[in-house]
Amino acid sequence: MTGSLNMVGYGLAAIGPGVGIGLIFAAYISGVARQPESRGMLQSIAILGFALAEALAIIGIGLAFALK
Amino acid sequence: MSTLHAASSALAPGFGAKGVGFESPGPNDFDLPAFFHSLPWFTKPVLIVTLATLVVAVFYWAAARKASVVPSRLQFAGESLYGFIRNDVALDAIGHEGLRFAPYLATLFSFIAVNNIAGIIPILQFPATSHIAFPLVLAVISWVVFLYLGIKRAGFVKYFKDMMFPPGIPLPVYFLLAPIEFFSTVIVRPVTLMLRLTFNMFAGHLVLLLFVLGGEYLLVDLGNRPVGIVAGAVSIFGSIVLTFFEGFVQLLQAYVFTLLTALYIGGALADEH
Repeated sequence: MTGSLNMVGYGLAAIGPGVGIGLIFAAYISGVARQPESRGMLQSIAILGFALAEALAIIGIGLAFALK
Repeated sequence: MSTLHAASSALAPGFGAKGVGFESPGPNDFDLPAFFHSLPWFTKPVLIVTLATLVVAVFYWAAARKASVVPSRLQFAGESLYGFIRNDVALDAIGHEGLRFAPYLATLFSFIAVNNIAGIIPILQFPATSHIAFPLVLAVISWVVFLYLGIKRAGFVKYFKDMMFPPGIPLPVYFLLAPIEFFSTVIVRPVTLMLRLTFNMFAGHLVLLLFVLGGEYLLVDLGNRPVGIVAGAVSIFGSIVLTFFEGFVQLLQAYVFTLLTALYIGGALADEH
């Protein structure tokens, strides 16, 4: 098996955003469960938070390919 | 990596040996050859982007061509899509001024969605947005739009002053806050907009390639080993499931790009905060 250790590093780096995205949607679900009418407002906030947390994972995969 | 190589050969003789090794898909699989030698720029992504432009243009034109009170099916589809972007993205994220930007946002969403979905359409099967040039242009347009609107509303100096020096913060904190705010608004926003779309499509396509090529290798190239047949079947089945998941991600990323553009425009138009 050959390859780059960068990919292992990327796997480790993806843990952070993974946990972060989980927390965001957990908060979103419990928010909607408590107050179903706030769904529309919470949805765009949740998607925004998801996109920002995911950006870290995306930057990670970009750098995993870029850094040799 | 030679120890790993040795370990894998010891675990599964023949797997890492010369000539039989599985060549995993990588960034090189995105470097597609031109269709004709005389037209070196005419590659698959270019074809897909051209088709996507035509599809979006013809779809909206046909949907709006014979607009009537009792809508035809096509008109209904066009109005649903446009209404979704106008109400749930433009008006929600920007406010009443969002109506002005609904056409741009709807075009942006449709264009990105069609380009992404090309990744799971048979024959095409390549997300054009996984080539960074296309998201780059789209991100630059969004960047110019929200900076222009912000500067037009507040004036050049006041716009950056409001961004970097929000009131009600102790003086020493500004030394830290001002550069971070500037960096995050002017540089990180367009770069993440671009990278998010590109690498979601890139990674998604890579995962599909891995499952399909891996399944092919296990089923065909490995010879009739029972392990290979079972694992290959699982891999091919996984690629089918992942194709549907990828379709969901592709639509979601088009939505995220549009929503973030709308939020940035809304932030640039909002009054003091």
